[in-house]
Amino acid sequence: MQTFSFDPVEMPPAAATLREEAREFLKEHNASRKPLDRAQSWSGADPEFSRKMGAQGWIGMVWPKKYGGQERTSFERYVMLEEMLVAGAPVGAHWIADRQSGPLLLNFGTEEQRQKYLPPVTRGEMFYCIGMSEPDSGSDLASVRTKATKVDGGYLINGRKIWTSNADKAHTMIALFRTRTNEQNRHDGLSQFVVDLRDSNGNDLKEKNGIFVRPISSMLGEKHFNEVTFEDAFLPDTALVGSEHNGWSQVMAELAFERSGPERYLSSIQLVIQMIKALKDSPSPQGYTAIGRLVAHLVTLRQMSVSVAGKLNAGEDPALEGSIVKDLGAIFEQEIPTIAQQIFSVEPTLGDGSDLEQVLGFLIQNSVSYSLRGGTREILRGIIARGLGLR
Amino acid sequence: MSDIRKMLAETVNRLLADIVTTEMLVDAEQGIWPKELWQAVEENGLTMPLVSSDNGGVGCTWLDAMVVMHGAGHYSAPIPLAETILATWLLDQAGIQPPMGPLSIASGSESQALQFHQESDTWHVSGVAKRVPWGGQVEQIVVTGMSEGKLRVGLVKQGNFGVENSQNMAREPRDTLTFDNALVSMTGIANGLPENAVSVYGSLLRSIQIGGALERTLSESVLYANDRTQFGKPIGKFQAVQQNLAQLADEVAAVGAASTAACAAIDLAFSSKEEVDSLFRIAAAKARASEAAGKASSIAHQAHGAFGFTYEHILHFSTRRLWSWRAEYGSGDFWAEMLGRRVVEIGADQLWVHLTATD
Repeated sequence: MQTFSFDPVEMPPAAATLREEAREFLKEHNASRKPLDRAQSWSGADPEFSRKMGAQGWIGMVWPKKYGGQERTSFERYVMLEEMLVAGAPVGAHWIADRQSGPLLLNFGTEEQRQKYLPPVTRGEMFYCIGMSEPDSGSDLASVRTKATKVDGGYLINGRKIWTSNADKAHTMIALFRTRTNEQNRHDGLSQFVVDLRDSNGNDLKEKNGIFVRPISSMLGEKHFNEVTFEDAFLPDTALVGSEHNGWSQVMAELAFERSGPERYLSSIQLVIQMIKALKDSPSPQGYTAIGRLVAHLVTLRQMSVSVAGKLNAGEDPALEGSIVKDLGAIFEQEIPTIAQQIFSVEPTLGDGSDLEQVLGFLIQNSVSYSLRGGTREILRGIIARGLGLR
Repeated sequence: MSDIRKMLAETVNRLLADIVTTEMLVDAEQGIWPKELWQAVEENGLTMPLVSSDNGGVGCTWLDAMVVMHGAGHYSAPIPLAETILATWLLDQAGIQPPMGPLSIASGSESQALQFHQESDTWHVSGVAKRVPWGGQVEQIVVTGMSEGKLRVGLVKQGNFGVENSQNMAREPRDTLTFDNALVSMTGIANGLPENAVSVYGSLLRSIQIGGALERTLSESVLYANDRTQFGKPIGKFQAVQQNLAQLADEVAAVGAASTAACAAIDLAFSSKEEVDSLFRIAAAKARASEAAGKASSIAHQAHGAFGFTYEHILHFSTRRLWSWRAEYGSGDFWAEMLGRRVVEIGADQLWVHLTATD
């Protein structure tokens, strides 16, 4: 039985060069960012920072030049992501477009869509959100009910999306709607659309087009999440992405980009950094053992994640390997706060106290979401079990 | 995968799947040496992949040799195959052409290293080496100790040292060897290897073998779960069982990747002009593998129910090795602590630079 493989990968020399460039850039543009802000990882957003990255050619860097890309290898992009995440840089504004919406449009979009929607992304001027989940459709994504009804020249959208990060700020949404009902096959009849939420000057288009956004506070009091309601919102025919009713397979391909990247094991890296600093000040054998164990996991996860990047680069389908990386990555990210409390006798705080206490306070709470987003732990393990031949 | 690696993997898996029977494993636990198995691996060139062409070998990389040791772990091969691969490499590093036949490796403890001394033309070694794999069965032992600040590697023939037999939980020989001015038949200096080379590289052998044995526990568990029926369906159809076995697969994958990272770092250290901290990755591999060994063995036994607890079922040949190997050449926590000290020494701000330096 050999159902998965994590072969070693050699990074091209250009990746090392780019890594140095990224480090220089971060020294200039990220040095003053506070540890607590860095701990936001790829949820931390700063449009200004995104524009600076765009000016470097570091957003959509693997895309064709005619859409504003740099035609770099996926390893170079991987290195860029790593450096940004480890530095806790505010990459959140462009993250979704760079990771999945751009590749989706490259794969399935029309030439007109690519021309319109990709170049502004690479400049760090157009940000995306994803409209997939609904109040009654979480892990069971095929049950989405928000309807796109065919009308003359386009579609009328009615229904509700939820957990949509950045819907209030984003310019564009990639949404999954039901275009027809097929009692025999739930996966049939779903379609993807590109929805304009703001114009190129940033002016809000939502309410006048029947799209209403309500923020949802997380338990930390942050408002990344939104509920998005569509009331007879009109989308022109040109908003359809790919083929009508075939959205399911497109979404599955899109999610494959989501699961194995460095963001799936580096979300708590700022706490590891704070723990190493604290251990230097108050060393203990248990502390060394605990940190050593965490770094052993870190080294291993990186090896696995890079290996999956190699598979993606070679055009292979690493759905199983990606699920394994994400499952293990979330366990790692979530156990770090607990381990920090075993080594150090500190109380987690909300924005005051030491950097360790602040980062701890944030990650204890925020990390519970790491095994939910991008596919729950249970769904991932179901995928792995299928790969093993159990279902 | 390189061609040579593919070929080695195919050869070791084909041979061991064929020859290592349950009967052979049972016999080996009674002290019966599996002669035909040793002959087969030796005739097929699996015993010294790391030896350079200067010393009559083919000069494979550690990544290549890893697949042989992985196979040995997968099939619970009851011979010192991984040990012989390391022993022949140490000899090669010291400029000595390795002999045929099974070998093992011995060094003293950290506090009581083996002592080499020269008397006119001949070298001798003294000291005690504990828990040496197949120490009383192999034809010759490769011993290491320090000599003028460098690692000296020597070869000592069976009969020149005292043997006190013991075993690990899997009943693999782990003997205490007493060298009392024992004659060293060949010796040389291995430049570039650390004083604790046997412990460091020995730990990597075990990490790799743990990866192989874990893979076997996974495939056995999947077979069993698809076969065993309760409540009217195979137990593998129950989500609770699926979720457990998915976690077992996670651990298998992680250990393979951890050892791969370590082997790649060693290969880079020996081929690059730049300083490469391969010890960092070797320590990480053993820390990760030892942790996985415990977790995965529990899941595998849980999936197998009472049948997996019987001597008749083959699962324990893997799990008893896993519990033994995770402790050998330093426990997971031993290496984690060493790694943790190194990490603090490197410093929080430089850790990532250090981790990415081997790309």
